[in-house]
Amino acid sequence: MTSISARWLERERRTLRVDQSAIGDRIYETVTTASALVIPALVIAIAIAIFVAALPAFARLGISIVTSSDWDVAGGHFGAAPAVFGTLVSSMVALVIATPLAIGVAVFLSEFSPPWLRQPVGFLVDLLAAIPSVVYGLWGIFVLIPLLREKVMPFLRDTLHLGATPFFSGAAYGPSMLAAGVILAIMALPYISSVSREVLLAVPRSQREAALALGATRWEMIRDAVIPYARSGIIGGIMLGLGRALGETMAVTMVIGNRPEISASLFAPGYTMASLIANEFSEATNDMHLSALMAVGASLFVITLIVNAIARWLVWRVSRSRS
Amino acid sequence: MIGLTYLAAILATLPLLLILVHLVRQGASSLSVSFFTNMPKPVGEEGGGMANAIVGTLVLIGIAVAIGLPVGIGAGLYLSEKKTTPLAHTVRFLSDVLNGLPSIVIGIFAWEFLVRPIGHFSALAGGVALAAMMIPLVTRTTEEMLGVVPTSLREAALALGYSRWRTSISIVLRTALAGIATGALVAVARIAGETAPLLFTAFGNQFWSTTLREPIAALPLQIFTYAISPYDTWHQQAWAGALVLISMVLVISIAARVVTRSRFGAPVD
Repeated sequence: MTSISARWLERERRTLRVDQSAIGDRIYETVTTASALVIPALVIAIAIAIFVAALPAFARLGISIVTSSDWDVAGGHFGAAPAVFGTLVSSMVALVIATPLAIGVAVFLSEFSPPWLRQPVGFLVDLLAAIPSVVYGLWGIFVLIPLLREKVMPFLRDTLHLGATPFFSGAAYGPSMLAAGVILAIMALPYISSVSREVLLAVPRSQREAALALGATRWEMIRDAVIPYARSGIIGGIMLGLGRALGETMAVTMVIGNRPEISASLFAPGYTMASLIANEFSEATNDMHLSALMAVGASLFVITLIVNAIARWLVWRVSRSRS
Repeated sequence: MIGLTYLAAILATLPLLLILVHLVRQGASSLSVSFFTNMPKPVGEEGGGMANAIVGTLVLIGIAVAIGLPVGIGAGLYLSEKKTTPLAHTVRFLSDVLNGLPSIVIGIFAWEFLVRPIGHFSALAGGVALAAMMIPLVTRTTEEMLGVVPTSLREAALALGYSRWRTSISIVLRTALAGIATGALVAVARIAGETAPLLFTAFGNQFWSTTLREPIAALPLQIFTYAISPYDTWHQQAWAGALVLISMVLVISIAARVVTRSRFGAPVD
């Protein structure tokens, strides 16, 4: 009798979709919490993997690993200063080129664009972020570098007489800091412009209307009311682009020339931390060499972490003030 | 000044168009059926293809999706249900950290744990590196998409006697499925072209291999190798490979847009 009523109850439970939820809920909670825990575990594992492996190099070479320019594997000297220099300079060049363009696009899309153009232009700019970096590199080698060597570099050096400054002097080989900067600019642009567009759209209507009511033209409204309001968010977008540029590997490796020398001229080949690792890692000859490369990776890790943290904080400040 | 913003828009979209046009022009001429069916041939021999690299890339994406998708969706579910626990804040912050890490650093990590102890490169190590890049992307889009599902829907299910886990999975998750699929596709498009994390994990392979324990070929690696080689025939192959790779990425990206649009109407500006 009891078994029949138990069966009846069971069937009723099923049709009503009521089940003994305690176990199911507990499993569900365990699984989702475990998935969430994977992320901190990954970050900690990555940090440990790199810093532990970098320890012997830091212990033996100390800070000289990023301040010395002597990289001689056979002699046991590992000074990656040219790579650090190249990483910073190529990213700076990229920002100088990309920032005005990206903000221009963001202002265009959020303020001036005819409605029918907004979607397609936004989509095309976003697509720039979808192109694999190795394809940028390929295009850089066979299209951009010849263009820079034959047209842009002579134009900057001779026609504009910038050759008198140390920054645009010397022979135009092609593979150069400038080529890396231009490629990185194209790659960083979509990140800067999409964040900028979002923070510009987050500027309250009242801010715009107040400026217009005071007699500002549309351009003055943007310059004096909209952009100042969105400034820290835009800077956050620029920092995000910087984070991308600092860690970019393949495209840069393919166009920068991979020569570990510090030169003031943007026409000269250079090196970056990421390309140093990419080029030497799989053929590292001994433990100290490997550890030195790990130390370069650890430095890159720390630099991008700081840049990204500042970026997130700046964007977060703007989005918080909105809500 | 307004004209200048138009100019910026033109200048910003110009590189994309230039790259695409050049890719199609250079790549199409060396693209043929044999490119998809043949193995790479030594320099000087005609008719080589990238069959192994194309399959290799699919295998690597498969591993990354198999690991990254469930973990990312699980973490996204956690974040959307436990919005303000200390763990949720930590996870959110660290997934941004993970997302911002240079991909080569993630490659080093996979090498340290999966290549160094074993002593040789493997497809598995490459797939894990790509999964590590995919997880934060899927987590954040899942959380975002679940956040859009109305609370009333969840409450209705609970009121009807659904247990919490069934409510989450067959009501909330299912409602947000199109959005999550979009997020997953975007993540796949992003990792499909990654090269740096594969350099010392999957490593590349000139021969046919689909074994997870062996080095495996990948389209981006093959393009890289051919692009920096001094041979014209290999350069042509690199262009053809790049055209195939970018077609894959663009098809996935556009599919992602279509999925969202058919479900939610035109994306909101």
